[in-house]
Amino acid sequence: MPFGPSVVSMALATRTDRRPSMTRTLWDSSVGKKTIMAVSGLVMLGYLVAHMVGNLKIFFGPGEFDRYAHWLRTMGEPVLHYSWGLWLVRVVLVAAVVLHGVSAYQLSRRDIKARPTKYVHKRARTSYATRTMRWGGVILALFIVWHILDLTTGTVHSGGFQEGHPYQNVVDTFSTWYGNVIYIVAMLAMGLHVQHGFWSAAQTLGVGNATRDRVLKTLANLLAAVLTAGFVSVPVAVMTGLVS
Amino acid sequence: MKLTLRVWRQQNAETPGAMATYEVDRISQDMSFLEMLDTLNEELILAGDEPVAFDHDCREGICGACSLVINGDAHGPERTTTCQLHMRSFQDGDTIDIEPWRASAFPVVKDLVVDRSAFDRIIQAGGYVSAPTGTAPDAHATPVPKPDADFAFEHAECIGCGACVAACPNGSAMLFTSAKVNHLNVLPQGAPERETRVLDMVATMDDEGFGGCTLTGECATACPKGIPLPSIAAMNKEWLRATRKVRR
Amino acid sequence: MADYTTYTTGEPVTDTKAPSGPVAERWNTRRFEAKLVNPANRRKHTVIVVGTGLAGGSAGATLAEQGYHVVQFCFQDSPRRAHSVAAQGGINAAKNYRNDGDSVHRLFYDTVKGGDFRARESNVHRLAEISVEIIDQCVAQGVPFAREYGGLLDNRSFGGVQVSRTFYARGQTGQQLLLGAYQALSRQIAAGNVEMHARTEMLDLIVVDGKARGIVARDLITGRIDTYFADAVVLASGGYGNVFYLSTNAMNSNATAIWRAHRRGAWFANPCFTQIHPTCIPRTGDHQSKLTLMSESLRNDGRIWVPKAKGDDRPAGEIPEDERDYYLERIYPAFGNLVPRDIASRAAKNVCDEGRGVGPGGQGVYLDFAEAIERMGRAEVEEKYGNLFDMYARITAEDPYETPMRIYPAVHYTMGGLWVDYDLQTTIPGLFAIGEANFSDHGANRLGASALMQGLADGYFVLPSTINDYLARNPHTDDLDADHPAVAEALAETEDRLSLLLAVDGDRTPDSFHRELGELMWEYCGMARTEQGLRKALERIPVIREEFWRRIKVPGTGEQLNQSLEKANRIVDYLELAELMCLDALHRAESCGGHFREESQTPEGEAARRDEEFSYAATWEFSATGEAPVLHKEDLVFEYVHPTQRSYA
Repeated sequence: MPFGPSVVSMALATRTDRRPSMTRTLWDSSVGKKTIMAVSGLVMLGYLVAHMVGNLKIFFGPGEFDRYAHWLRTMGEPVLHYSWGLWLVRVVLVAAVVLHGVSAYQLSRRDIKARPTKYVHKRARTSYATRTMRWGGVILALFIVWHILDLTTGTVHSGGFQEGHPYQNVVDTFSTWYGNVIYIVAMLAMGLHVQHGFWSAAQTLGVGNATRDRVLKTLANLLAAVLTAGFVSVPVAVMTGLVS
Repeated sequence: MKLTLRVWRQQNAETPGAMATYEVDRISQDMSFLEMLDTLNEELILAGDEPVAFDHDCREGICGACSLVINGDAHGPERTTTCQLHMRSFQDGDTIDIEPWRASAFPVVKDLVVDRSAFDRIIQAGGYVSAPTGTAPDAHATPVPKPDADFAFEHAECIGCGACVAACPNGSAMLFTSAKVNHLNVLPQGAPERETRVLDMVATMDDEGFGGCTLTGECATACPKGIPLPSIAAMNKEWLRATRKVRR
Repeated sequence: MADYTTYTTGEPVTDTKAPSGPVAERWNTRRFEAKLVNPANRRKHTVIVVGTGLAGGSAGATLAEQGYHVVQFCFQDSPRRAHSVAAQGGINAAKNYRNDGDSVHRLFYDTVKGGDFRARESNVHRLAEISVEIIDQCVAQGVPFAREYGGLLDNRSFGGVQVSRTFYARGQTGQQLLLGAYQALSRQIAAGNVEMHARTEMLDLIVVDGKARGIVARDLITGRIDTYFADAVVLASGGYGNVFYLSTNAMNSNATAIWRAHRRGAWFANPCFTQIHPTCIPRTGDHQSKLTLMSESLRNDGRIWVPKAKGDDRPAGEIPEDERDYYLERIYPAFGNLVPRDIASRAAKNVCDEGRGVGPGGQGVYLDFAEAIERMGRAEVEEKYGNLFDMYARITAEDPYETPMRIYPAVHYTMGGLWVDYDLQTTIPGLFAIGEANFSDHGANRLGASALMQGLADGYFVLPSTINDYLARNPHTDDLDADHPAVAEALAETEDRLSLLLAVDGDRTPDSFHRELGELMWEYCGMARTEQGLRKALERIPVIREEFWRRIKVPGTGEQLNQSLEKANRIVDYLELAELMCLDALHRAESCGGHFREESQTPEGEAARRDEEFSYAATWEFSATGEAPVLHKEDLVFEYVHPTQRSYA
């Protein structure tokens, strides 16, 4: 070898080959996956807002609440067939949940691999909301499963589940102690998740900057608080007998 | 001051390491943290032991060589580099834990020395303007608005020490990468390579095994040069823009 | 062994490459006369570049852009950490953007005068010409220089000149310029044109048939010592200020590359020309490992003073205005606080020697911003100097907005270095030295913001033009391998030296020797030198050297990362270089620039040059360790700037 040991690995030259498609680029990159998480998260957040507002109709009595629930199946008619609108929403939501979850799983694995040795000197890092994103996400996923089995399919419902009478079903669920505990704990987790998640999504999508940061943080806190309060108000109302 | 030091000792990349405990005495408040380690090393050498290996060079906070995690904080309790940290930040009788940067992309070489060449490879992927010597127009040919110039400078201040990676629970290099992307992408000189730069640098960052960003903000808190956290958002924006605009 | 001071004088040395004719035409002439290498043939040539600072980084990148195969080395873990990164103030360029009467000729004039007429006119003029291109190049690379609201570049005036020609990037100009060069280099590394060896230190030069053909280098991680071959070797390894132990240099900056080259036959010029920078933070105690410089741009707005009375130990704020001595403004009314570095440093030493120094040990003077804060407002002072103030506060735990800073001179830069001709080639054909490693452009004193200019001029523009001429005349040959006697010898010598260091197993640490040598040098070869002191130092150095080889203790082995071994090996070279510095200082029985011999001063205490006897560059040829070297004089001819006694009054 005339010139001594050569470099171990030739670094990448300027990439002249054809670049992969935008989808491929998104999926292969940590930044891209975060984008997918941000967008799917915002989709779910939008759904949560609508869901929470709908829930509040329970305070107007069984008639209005059940009519609202029925409308969810007829929305979009006559363009759409009965309940197609709702199924469309469900498909979008499932896609969002799957993309969000798979991305989160893959990114978490990457993150854990990137710090294989922990520091000996431990100290609390970052805010509670930030630290609980992963476990909070898992709790929420489990909750969603229970929630659907409870109030959509009625599989694990406590009382006699009545198709088409959601008002009564809700009251049944929140008449059990565990129903309340599961729901309220999950909603608190949701609040924390939204608080860091919304702000984080804004950063990932590049909306954040130094001047906008306070606005975004306030908005995140507000969203988290309103959503948590809105959702929790229902079981509280049932427990206190305001709704029965 | 009298101090107890618990220092990570590791013979080389292959052998496992462990914390070792040392006592040091007659430490002056005016010493820098590294001068305190010098004192320890002088004693170790005379005792026939190997001194603690650590990276350091300029000792004025600009070369980015020094790299210690002190009591769990990258560069210690003050927002500065380890070389500019002074012993007046500690109390007589303190026990101080000293560890190397921890990240799979920064393997330990010996004791407190780690291999940060992954940073160089991120820069090699696009952290430059292709302006070969001799091709430059007059410096005043392209005015740069002062806010853009200031923005570029603020990000160009990065010293490449790696504290951001060390502090991040995910071992992410987003702050480092974003600093260079933002510095060059805001300038008219960097514009022609704006898209390829951010795409290639982020891809290399991923390839090197750095973690992803969960926006914990630890990096910006640890950064001795104050590269701000929104720097990451600005890079994300550049990256998303590039995925749409890059010429395939 | 002959007495080291009884050196002989050999043949004069001449710079055969500098063209004659009008000074403004010489660089053009040389570029045209130099032979070129066919672009297709460049890939066949390997050039080794040692160091990745402003000079090395820019040279490596530019040579690779031209098509040469570059193999580059730095001892740091990344090329981005070379000590050029620490330069704060700025870089000069004769752009005349301020329309304040600046021109290439004025920059040339200022630099020759500032160097106290001990630099070459041809080189300095070339430097002034190229200064203009450097700024263009750096801006094109995206270096974020300070700008005004109109979007154009800002300038300021800098120590020792009366025009605003200094371009800057807050207090981090060196960092920004270095990153520009590093990024250009990174681009070439990625393209496969530069083979980069970080954490690899050059320990010897390989000379075959009188030509530089490679280096011996040690991988600092594995301890492996290897040989690397090339068609030309470029040393960009910086200066040797760390001989003094305490200096503003980085801890690992060292003289090994240039000293080993010197031992192999490259002559060393003006080793005693060291620059003592006036505005450094005073030391706090024996634990001090290095000194920190505060940009001399601070002198633009800060006022330097000491109490009028000796031993006045009241806090600065309690000393009334009429009991303060603003001594620079008093002695040099025209330039005031902006006199060149050597003058400001010596003036500080004088007032401290009089017993009027402030702070611990009386080794400091005040640099006061009270008046500037009143005039400009705190916000503007903060905008201009904020990072420097923060740095000062961090190191000293004092708030410079409230109490004046304390400053004291410290070793900062070495104007001396390997002798090079106009092509930047040393006396060993094929060995080039650029940046601080050579001696060429600053004479006896370097003006502020000139080092960055010289490093980049050499690396981006001069060397890439002149090295062609050598390579064109010395076609590539593939005749070298590890078995060649010259190669085997260099390798064996290096291995033996390191083994010996490890084998002594004495009772003193490397730092203890370094500190002892440094204190000796500061005492006798520092700001003011006397024949008596220098002779004393020359007696002591061999004694320390002998003791070093008897009592040094280096733990560990050579087959690993061993920072003690690295240090000890560098001290071996300091112990020889220090001797040459003292000899050079002793032989130059005049004062000029940073070299102040107490025997040679004006009645006012200013440096008195003796042009009839010393208007030459003293160039030393190595004989053997501890043996008298041979002096070769290069006469300096001044056709355009006629030597006068420098006056800044």
